Order: sequence, then structure tokens, then C-alpha cells
Amino acid sequence: MNVALFVPCYIDQFFPDVAISTLELLESQGVSVSFPEFQTCCGQPMANTGCNADAAPVARKFVEMFSGFDAVVCPSGSCTSMIRNHYQEYFAADDERFNQLRDSTFELCEFLVDRLGIRKIEGSFPHRVSIHSSCHGLRELRLGPSSEQMVPRENKLRILLESLEGVEIESIRRQDECCGFGGTFAVTERETSVAMGVDRVQDHVESGSEVMIGGDMSCLMHMQGLISRREMPMRVMHIAEVLAGRPLPSSPAVSAR
Amino acid sequence: MSIALPIVDHPQAAKDFVNNVPRSHWHDDSLWFVRSKRDRQAQSLPEWEYLRETASAIKRHTIANLADYLQEFEANATRMGAVVHWAADAAEHNEIVLGLLRRNETHRIIKSKSMLTEECGLNEYLIENGIDVVDTDLGERIVQLRGETPSHIVLPAIHIKKEEVGETFHQHLGTRKGEADPQVLTEAARGHLRGKFLDGEVGITGVNFAIAETGGIVVCTNEGNADLGVSLPRIHIACMGIEKLLPRFENLAVFTRLLARSATGQPITSYTSHFHGPRDADSELHIVLVDNGRTRIRDSDTFRDSLNCIRCGACMNTCPVYRRSGGHSYRATVPGPIGSVLGPSKDMKAHKSLPYACSLCGSCTDVCPVKIPLHHQLLAWRKVLVGQRLLAWNKRVGMKAASWLFRHPRVFAAAGYSARMALRYLPKSLTHNRLNEWAIDRDLPDPPKQSFRAWYAQNRKNTQAEQSE
Amino acid sequence: MIAEANDKEPSGSKQVILDRLRGRVVESPGLPELDPDRLIRYPDRVSQFCETLKFVGGESHFVDSPAQIREILEGIEVFSAADRIASTFPEAVEPTVDLSQVSDPHLLSTLDWTIVKGEFGVAENGAIWVDGRTLPHRVMIFIAQYLALVVSRSEIVDNMHEAYARIGAPSPGFGVFVSGPSKTADIEQSLVLGAHGCRKLQVFLLP
Repeated sequence: MNVALFVPCYIDQFFPDVAISTLELLESQGVSVSFPEFQTCCGQPMANTGCNADAAPVARKFVEMFSGFDAVVCPSGSCTSMIRNHYQEYFAADDERFNQLRDSTFELCEFLVDRLGIRKIEGSFPHRVSIHSSCHGLRELRLGPSSEQMVPRENKLRILLESLEGVEIESIRRQDECCGFGGTFAVTERETSVAMGVDRVQDHVESGSEVMIGGDMSCLMHMQGLISRREMPMRVMHIAEVLAGRPLPSSPAVSAR
Repeated sequence: MSIALPIVDHPQAAKDFVNNVPRSHWHDDSLWFVRSKRDRQAQSLPEWEYLRETASAIKRHTIANLADYLQEFEANATRMGAVVHWAADAAEHNEIVLGLLRRNETHRIIKSKSMLTEECGLNEYLIENGIDVVDTDLGERIVQLRGETPSHIVLPAIHIKKEEVGETFHQHLGTRKGEADPQVLTEAARGHLRGKFLDGEVGITGVNFAIAETGGIVVCTNEGNADLGVSLPRIHIACMGIEKLLPRFENLAVFTRLLARSATGQPITSYTSHFHGPRDADSELHIVLVDNGRTRIRDSDTFRDSLNCIRCGACMNTCPVYRRSGGHSYRATVPGPIGSVLGPSKDMKAHKSLPYACSLCGSCTDVCPVKIPLHHQLLAWRKVLVGQRLLAWNKRVGMKAASWLFRHPRVFAAAGYSARMALRYLPKSLTHNRLNEWAIDRDLPDPPKQSFRAWYAQNRKNTQAEQSE
Repeated sequence: MIAEANDKEPSGSKQVILDRLRGRVVESPGLPELDPDRLIRYPDRVSQFCETLKFVGGESHFVDSPAQIREILEGIEVFSAADRIASTFPEAVEPTVDLSQVSDPHLLSTLDWTIVKGEFGVAENGAIWVDGRTLPHRVMIFIAQYLALVVSRSEIVDNMHEAYARIGAPSPGFGVFVSGPSKTADIEQSLVLGAHGCRKLQVFLLP
């Protein structure tokens, strides 16, 4: 299978190890991965602000770049949802190239579990952890059960995470409460965004977890910024890093050196 | 007629509430408590999602065929002895109600909760015209005595602490100073309002559901205030938006099962009252059907489903923004997610910040008993607002710049490189200054030495030669 | 001026609204029919009813005869001390207020107790359907300080779908589902029973 790696812009620039982990993880599962190197961004920041005219050319460029692969895999539920659920307005309903791309674009855990049928990752992570379920992965891609809906669903990130040896998953209060990132919301509604983020980190801290693990680095970046500024006793890791065997970051104060 | 409303700046309006951390947490916890009760009720029914599905389909069907159902309703309600009035907008609604009161030489009315009359500003209008208006729902009465507006459509006084209610009641009802026991305060309100009920000359209620097939209306309350309010006076005026209609009597089953469970986590309201015509030959039942912008919403394929709303308030209880910023930060009759959809329909410019008061988490959409795709509608509003040039110019320009950048991968890579280098080598005082909204409360990530694309070029390019140019 | 506005209403705004609606044809899905097999049923409707009633703040009593209702009520202090009692079920409780002599509902403001018969109960939510035609004054069930409803144990349906089917076509007048006593949580979400209506609700389940 010939898979293209879609690396969200902020991961490319600020969290390259998340992308490297994704690449290594996929390769370890026998997938041949390429990285279309002129990729930039899916256009979600513009689309979520309502600037569709600005998002449209970015979307078209994206489809051009990623067409022709068996699958496109992305270590972000939010960016995957942009392609799957919000790109259609930029393309004609019968645009075969887009439809094919839309149906073959996957979030990382979803790809591993649903497409490759993997339910066990070799490795160990002997830590107490908690899961941050990012909203778009949860409610737009349905990567797990959402607390509002009375619909049983498997949590794909959890299946993979709990297959590691030694991992202990703590449950948190308000399991799928939003962290308040929300893209430009984090800036336009800074105060509310920060209040939401601090509360969310606190929920993870109170669970007794050492590290919160999520599938969207954007949410984690927001919370990491708060953790670091307020010196809260929590660390963050992307699920790709955990599954690729990366160790726990040494210090809770991840940045601000 | 359109009156220019003041422009709401949600982040600004939310500031004080959010930054009062203990209060914001208290408010958040109160509403989460209600949301949790809702979850338990939803879990108790295996058919919960089936009910939501059905409710949504019934509403869609009704809204599509609204003209026919309204006429059917009018004919049946008239047959039952009610008088049906039609109001194209809020002003006409208010005039109709005042006309009825004048005709009966009414000076004192008792009201139960109605978001429609809030929307129309009926209280203010009647008071200006010399009518004594008493809200009888406890929460509404508290808010009314304090000269405020409801901050939630089902829990009007959810933002007020019991000590504050105590102070208000001390001033207005003569309760002991410092009294803050909800039991005692409720008892005081009961005594106070009993007198008002007995004095009321006309009872005004909202309507939860109206049934085309039978010409009846249904009013749901927990306190029993609507029933008391209309069982004593001779005249009952019921005010409703035209979207409250249901085709058949049996459809009520679906909605009475969903409403209270979604709203407050009760299996049904304490009183679910069905009125078919007036009380007796000497009494009158007037039903005022109000459009006030609803037909315009119906015209829109994008926003039509917002007319499904049964005003349960579940989207407010679940909204992480609403819970922290408080209902008043929306400066709208209906706050929260549904309010942020309805607000711009009423006045786009005044409410332009509301669709952005949302992290797009989607919890409202999943909790909504009639399946309004709320967060997608909020996103859709953003698009409309940008199309109408109502987004601040700096954001518009920023997005244009981003769009250009994302279409030029080499410049994007270089810009990313510069940003990372700046973060690496510039002093924190420069990168984390007040102009960087992100960094006022959050540290920026530790900049890595190289981007993924640079790493990839260095480590994998040789094996993937066909990918490079 | 107001009267004029009212006079022109029927021809004016009604037509305007209907024209606005008919001016935009909307694709209409059919009205869905529910599949009764997908709706909740309880193995023991009566115990489900009692459990739910308790949850909503009401109290239930199993009784075998109207006389037993009287007995239980007399054990309740606020009943034995009651002065003004309205009842449409004299087999159990003789009224002290003759409702046929009351022309103005306001005169019922000092009612202590009301005892009336309900038509049937609903297991899923503890509600009892009271048909307004059985009430000489509908206010009597809302204005009394305490309320007792009598319903037959064999008249409990599973859910609201069965309930509405049972009511059938409503006739002119009034009907109400009563589920527990009057209540409010408007002050800091603290539940207080007895907001405006009855402070407590007793439900007597006859065979």
C-alpha cells in the first residue's frame, strides 16, 4: 500500500517529532509512506474563520498534491475532518479525484485500527496516563463514543494505547470536555479559551495521570502552553509518539527555557 | 422595520464573568450538574437516539409544510372555541396582546415563562402602557425583581447566587436580612406570588407545543405557575412562535419524552397541560401566532433546521463557553449555541461576534434533542459574516496572507524557519509580549532545530527521490 | 388605533405569513411513523411507576379499598389538621368544600387538600393523566396545598406513546399529566418542592 503522509502545518514546524513518530509507526507496520514535500496546510484556519474564498485555493492545491495514493494518513483528527467533512463545498459533487481522496484520507489511529485491522502495538509504556479526546476526532470523525450520544462506539486511540505493556489509563472527570483550543478561538476568545484549558489540564492532573495523551497536537500545544506557564504537574504526548516508543518527556515543564 | 441593535462584543462582554474564576467555576459546575442529570435520563431510554431522529424528522416535515399545518391548527383551535391571532412581527404581537388587555380593561396580568414574549419585549411594552406585569416562574420573578433579564432560557436565574436572591427578597419581599436558604426563599416567593395569582386579571403563557390535528396547545412547567395563572382569570392569552407546531396529537409523545429529559434531566415536567379551547363558556382563550423572522429562517437551506428548536436549553448546559462566560455575555434573548445561531438571523451586524464565541467542539450538536447541527450552523454563519464583510479587517487580511503563504510552500518553509529561529534566539520578552494574544497566558512551544520537512529531506529524501523535484 | 390593528389582522398578517411560507417551497420528508417495538416497555409497570414517582418527588401507596386511602391520609398530619378539603372521590374522602356551590375559582384559594381520580399512570415518568372534565374547577388541583391522586394499578401504561394513544382524540377542554409535586430548582439548582402548586403529592394505587 502506497500511503501519503499528511503533516499538519504546525506539526511540521513546531512538533517534527510527532511527524517522525507517525512515519516510523506506519513503517513499522509495513506501510510504505511518502511525504509529498510541497504540502503546507489543509486550509482549516481560514475555513473555520469563515474565509472560504481564502480556503478554497488551499483546498484545491491540497487535492492536487495528495491525489493518486492508496491512502492519506494524518496525525490529527481535526485536519482529517477538514478534508472529510468540510472540503466538499470547494469541489463539484461529481469530482472523482476529490471524492476518491476524501474517502481515502484517515486519521492515524483510525487508519491503523479500521484500515489495517491492527489492535495491538508491540511496546511498553509503563506509566499512568489519561486520554485527551479532541473534539473533532470525537464528534466529527467518531473515533470514539461521545458522552452526549447514547451510541456505543470503540475508542480507536484507546484500543491502541491500552495494547501497550504496562500502561495504566486513568479516567478523568468530564471525559470529553473541550480544552478550549478551537483554532482562532484561542486568540479571539482568549480568556474563555484559557479558562477552559486550565480546567481541562486540572481534570487530567486530578486523575493521577502523569501524562495526557491525545491525537491532536493543536489541543495539546494549547494545554502545554498553559502547563508550562503555570507550572502545572502534567505532561503532554501525541499518541504517535507513545506508540512509536518515545519515552516520557523528562520534565513536566516542557518548554519555557 | 429594523432597529439597529448595539453591536455585541462577546469576548469583551464575557471578560468579567470568566475572569471571576470562583464564580465562573460555580456557574460551570451548576450547569454541568444539569447536563449530568440529562445524561442519566438519556441513558435510561434505549430508544434515545431513535427519539431524537424521529423528533428531528417530525420537525423538518412540519416546517416544510408549515402553511398547511398553521391553517389546520387555526381551523381546529377555532372549532374548539379559541381565538387565533396572527402577528407578522414583535410589534404586532405586542399590539395584539395590549389590544386584548385594553378591550377587557385589564391592569394586572400574570405571566408564566415564555421566551417568545421575551423575544418580543412584551413586558417592557406592557409596562410602558401602564399594565402591571408579574412573572410567576420563580427564576423569572427573581430576575424581574432585580431588573435583569434571564441568562438562560430554562434556568433564568442560574447566574445568581442564593445570597444575592436573599438580598433581593429582603428588599422586595421583606425576608430576613442574610436569609439564603433556598427552601425559605422559595416559600417567601410562594406567599408573595399567591397574592399576585389571585389578583391577576389575565393569564399569559407561552406554548411548548401546538397540535394542528386537534387545535390544542401544550404548556409544560414544573412549578405549576402556568396552570395557576390561567385557571383563575377568565382570559388566557397564549403566545407562540409559528414553529411550535406539531402535526398530530400522538407526536406529543416524542417531544414530551425529550423535552424535560434534555432540559433538566427530569423524565417529564411536573405539569404537562393540554388546552383545547377556553375553560368554559364565560372564558376566553386567545392564541397569538408569531412570525417575527421565522419565515425568513425557513427560507434558508442552511439555517432552516434551527426552527426545530424546542427551547430545552440543553445546548447551553453543555456548552463549555456558555458555562464559563455566562448567559448575559451573549446580550441576546436566547444565549448559548442556539442563541448564537438565532441572533445573527435577527440582526447580523449586532450579533456578528456570537458565531465566533464557540470552539466548534460539537457537544451542542450531539446533545440537541431535535438534531440541529448547531456547530455547523455557527460555522456557516462565519462564512456569511465574512461574505457580508463583517469580519474585522485585520482578521480578513490575516487569513488572506495565510492563504497565500499556504499556497507557496517554499515561502511557508522559510517563514516557519524564521519563526522558529526567532523563538529560539529572541528574548522571551519579545516573543511573548502583549501583542501576541496567544502568549499572554500560554507559553509558545519550544522551537525545534528543524521542521519535519527539513528532517525528511535530510533523512529520507534519498530513498524517496521521486518525491523531490 | 389598537382596535383597527386587530380588525385588519385576519386579512393582513395571516395572509402575509402564509404567503411568506408558500413563497418558498421546501422539500418535505414524510411524517415518520414510530416502530412500537423500538419503544421501552417494562417487565413490571407498576413497580417502575412507583420508582419513577419517588424519583420525581411523589409518594405512592398500594391500597385495596377506598377506605384504606382514608386511613393512610389520616395518618398524615397535614391531612388530619386540614380544614378545607376538595374531593371528587367521596368513596375515600368526603369533601368539606362543596364544589357545586363555588362559582368563582378564586374562592378555592384556601384549599388545604384536593383528592381526585386520575385516568391512568405512565411507568416511564411517574405521570398521571387527569382529565379536566372530571374536575368541577380545574384550579383545584393546582391551588390546594396538598394533592392526592387515585389511580388503578391496572391502568398503568409503559410510555408516553401508549399514553397519548389511550387519550385518543382530545375533546374540548383541559387535561394534564401530573408527575410529582410542584417543584423548582431556580435558586442555585437546589430542589424545593411546593413552588406554586401542591407541596406534596400522594398517589394511591387501587387494584
